[in-house]
Amino acid sequence: MRPSRAAVTVGSAALAAALLLSACSSGTTTGAQDANEKVTLTVDLFGTFGFKEAGLYDEYMKLHPNITIKQSDTQDEGQYWQALQTKLAGGGGLADVQGLEVGRIASVMQKQADKFTDLKTLGAGDVNDGLVPWKAAAVKTADGKVLGAGTDIGPEAVCFRTDLFKEAGLPTDRAELAAKWATWDGYLALGKEYVAKAKPGNAWTDSAAGMFTAEVGQQKVRYADESGKAVHDSSPAVKTAWADATRLVADGLSAKLPQWTPEWNKAFSTGKFATLSCPAWMIGYIKGQAGDAFAGKWDIAAGPGKTGNWGGAYLAVPRTAKHPKQAAELIKWLNGKEQQVKLFTKQGSFPSSTGAQGEIKSVKDAYFNNAPIGEIFSEAAANMPAQVLGTEDGVVGKAFTDALGEVERTNTAPATAWQHALDNVKKASGN
Amino acid sequence: MATLATPLRAAARPRRGARLAPYGFLAPFFVLFAAFGLFPLLYTAYVSLHRVELQTADRMDWLGLQNYTRLFEDPFFWNALRNTFTIGLLSTVPQLLLALGLAHLLNYRLRGRTFFRVAMLMPYATSVAAATLVFAQLFGRDYGLINWALNTVGLSPVDWQANTWASQFGVSLIVTWRWTGYNALIYLAGMQSIPQELYESAAVDGASRWQQFRHITLPGLRPTIVFTVVVSTIGATQLFGEPLLYEGNSGGGISHQYQTLGLYLYEQGWTFFHLGRAAAVAWVMFLLIVVLALVNAAIAARRNRTDR
Repeated sequence: MRPSRAAVTVGSAALAAALLLSACSSGTTTGAQDANEKVTLTVDLFGTFGFKEAGLYDEYMKLHPNITIKQSDTQDEGQYWQALQTKLAGGGGLADVQGLEVGRIASVMQKQADKFTDLKTLGAGDVNDGLVPWKAAAVKTADGKVLGAGTDIGPEAVCFRTDLFKEAGLPTDRAELAAKWATWDGYLALGKEYVAKAKPGNAWTDSAAGMFTAEVGQQKVRYADESGKAVHDSSPAVKTAWADATRLVADGLSAKLPQWTPEWNKAFSTGKFATLSCPAWMIGYIKGQAGDAFAGKWDIAAGPGKTGNWGGAYLAVPRTAKHPKQAAELIKWLNGKEQQVKLFTKQGSFPSSTGAQGEIKSVKDAYFNNAPIGEIFSEAAANMPAQVLGTEDGVVGKAFTDALGEVERTNTAPATAWQHALDNVKKASGN
Repeated sequence: MATLATPLRAAARPRRGARLAPYGFLAPFFVLFAAFGLFPLLYTAYVSLHRVELQTADRMDWLGLQNYTRLFEDPFFWNALRNTFTIGLLSTVPQLLLALGLAHLLNYRLRGRTFFRVAMLMPYATSVAAATLVFAQLFGRDYGLINWALNTVGLSPVDWQANTWASQFGVSLIVTWRWTGYNALIYLAGMQSIPQELYESAAVDGASRWQQFRHITLPGLRPTIVFTVVVSTIGATQLFGEPLLYEGNSGGGISHQYQTLGLYLYEQGWTFFHLGRAAAVAWVMFLLIVVLALVNAAIAARRNRTDR
C-alpha cells in the first residue's frame, strides 16, 4: 500500500516540527536551565563507604534540589570488581560514579586508563589537592590525567568485645591492651590466654585472613616491588605475615570464618570471636552488622605496631557516564574536607585529606565505648608506610587469604597451602 | 527423461511461491541459529586461538593452539574435569533412580494424584539462584539447619563448604532436588504409553508390583530412559549455577574442591579476564558433550539391536 499524499505531507510536517523543537530545546539547555535540569546520578560501590549512612547524599540533594542520588552496593569487593570489569569491557551498565579499591588502582591505571574520564576535563582536576601525597599520586597518570578522587585510607587498629574480655578475665583498658599486643607475638600470646579461659567455641579472632591482611599492610613492599616486579613469593612482609597467621590457626585462635560471607556477618552479633583486625572503615561495617544491641560492647585499641594500611578507596567517573559533569561535582564535594570529617565522625572512614586529618584528632565514638578513635587512627596513619601498589594486588591477596582458609578449614599443611597460593596466582596471571 | 518429467510437472506443478514456502517457514530457525548458535560457536573458536584479555578486549594476539596446550597442562583444568564427573555421577544417578521410583508410584491410581504431579514440578520451576541460596543457608557451618540437626542427635558438625566430599554432595543435592521431579514427569509420560493390559494380565498371573516394574515398566521405558540419561549427562557437563552460588564465588571452594568445568570457564573469563583461554575451555566442553552424546547414542543403538 502506498501512503496517500496527505499522509506524506502530515508526516513530513511533523518531522520538521520535531526537528525544530529539538533544535530549540538543545539551544536553550546550554544556558541557565542547565543547572536546574533534573538529574539522577547513579553511584555504584562495594563494602560500606558510609556516604549514605553519614547522611552526605541527603545533604548534597538538599544543596542541589535538581539532583537525585541512587546508590547500589556489593558487599564483597571481589564480586564488585568482577562485575565492573565485565561492564567496562561491554561499555554498558556503568554508573556515573564507580568506586575503586586501592588494591585495584594500579591495574586500572595501567590497563584501563582510557575507560575513565580525566577529572581535569570536567573541571575537577584539583579534587585530590590536600590529600596525603601517595593517595593522590596513585591516580595520576604519567601524562598528568587525574582519574579518580581518593576517599578514605585504612589505618589499622584492633577492635575487641569488652563483654567477652571481662568474662574471660582479660583487661579491657585500651592502653593496657595496646601495650600487651604491641607486637603480633603479644597479640597471639594474649589470644592463647583468652581461649584458655573463654567459653568453648569462642575464638580469639575471626580468621587467619584478617590477621594476615593487617600484618602484610604494615610493610612498604608487599606483593610487588617498586619496579612492578612480583615479589609475593619472596617478600619478607608476606613470609612473616604468613608464618604468624598459620601460627594463629595452629594455636586454635581462629573462628575460621571467611570474611565478607553471611556466616562472618552473623558472627558480629554472636560471641564467635573476641577481636578483629580493624582498619578505620571496619568501624562502619561493625556498626552495620552488629547493630545497636551491641553499642558499648565493642571497643577499639591501637593494634600491633600502631601502623599499617588496609584498603581505602577511590571514586571515578567512567567514560560512559550519563552525567559526567554532575558526577565530578558530586565526588569533588564528597571528597571535600568537611565531608571527610563528617564521614569519619559518623562512620569511621579515615580521611585522606590532611586538613581533615588535623580536625578529627579528638573524635570519640560512643558506639565503641567512647574510644578516642581520632587519636588511635591518627597515630596509625602518621606511621603508615607509603605502600607500593602492584597491578595484581587484589588477585594475590585473595590467593593468600584463600590458602589460609584451606589451612584453617581443611587442615591443609601450611607448606602445601602456600604452594596452592602461588599456583593460584600463576593461574590468574596473564601467561 | 524430459518426456517423463514433463507430464508430472504439468500435472502437479506447484506455484513458485508455494514451492518456496517451506523454506520460508524454516528460515527463521536457521537465521536465528546462524546468528545465535553457529556464529558464536565459530567466533569462540577464533577467539580461542588468540590471547584476549577482558580489560583490553580490542587487542588480539595470535597464539595458535597455545591456549589448548596450556589448558591440558593446567592441573586446575583436570581438577575441574574430575569434579564435573564426580558431581555429575553424584547428582545424575540418584536423580534418575529417584525419578523412576516416584514415577512408578505416581502411575498408580492415587488419591490427589494431580496434586502430587504438580508438586513434583515445583522444584524445577524454582530458580536456581533461589534454591541454591536456601540450600547454602541450610548447609551453613555454624548456623545452618543441617549442622544444627546433626548436633542435636549427637553427631559432629560437617563443614559443608570446605570439605571436598561434603561440598560435592551439597551441590549434587541441589541438582537432584531440582531435577528429580522433572525427570519423574517424563518417566510418567513414558509409562502411560505402556498398555495397561500388560499390567492387568501380569497381575492375574500373580506378578508382584516389583516384578511388574522390572519386567514391564523398565523395558517399556527404555527409550525414555536413554533420553533422560543423555539430557542429564549434558546438563551435568554444563553444571554452573549451583556451584557458583553455593558459596558465591567462581573458585568452586577454597581448594577448588567443587569447581566444575563451567565454573572453571567462568573463572578464566570473568575472574581472571582471560577471554582467549575461556574460549578454549568452552570448545573443549563442546567437544566433550558431543563425544558423550555420541557414546550415549551408540550404547542405546547397541542395546536396541541386541534386543531384537
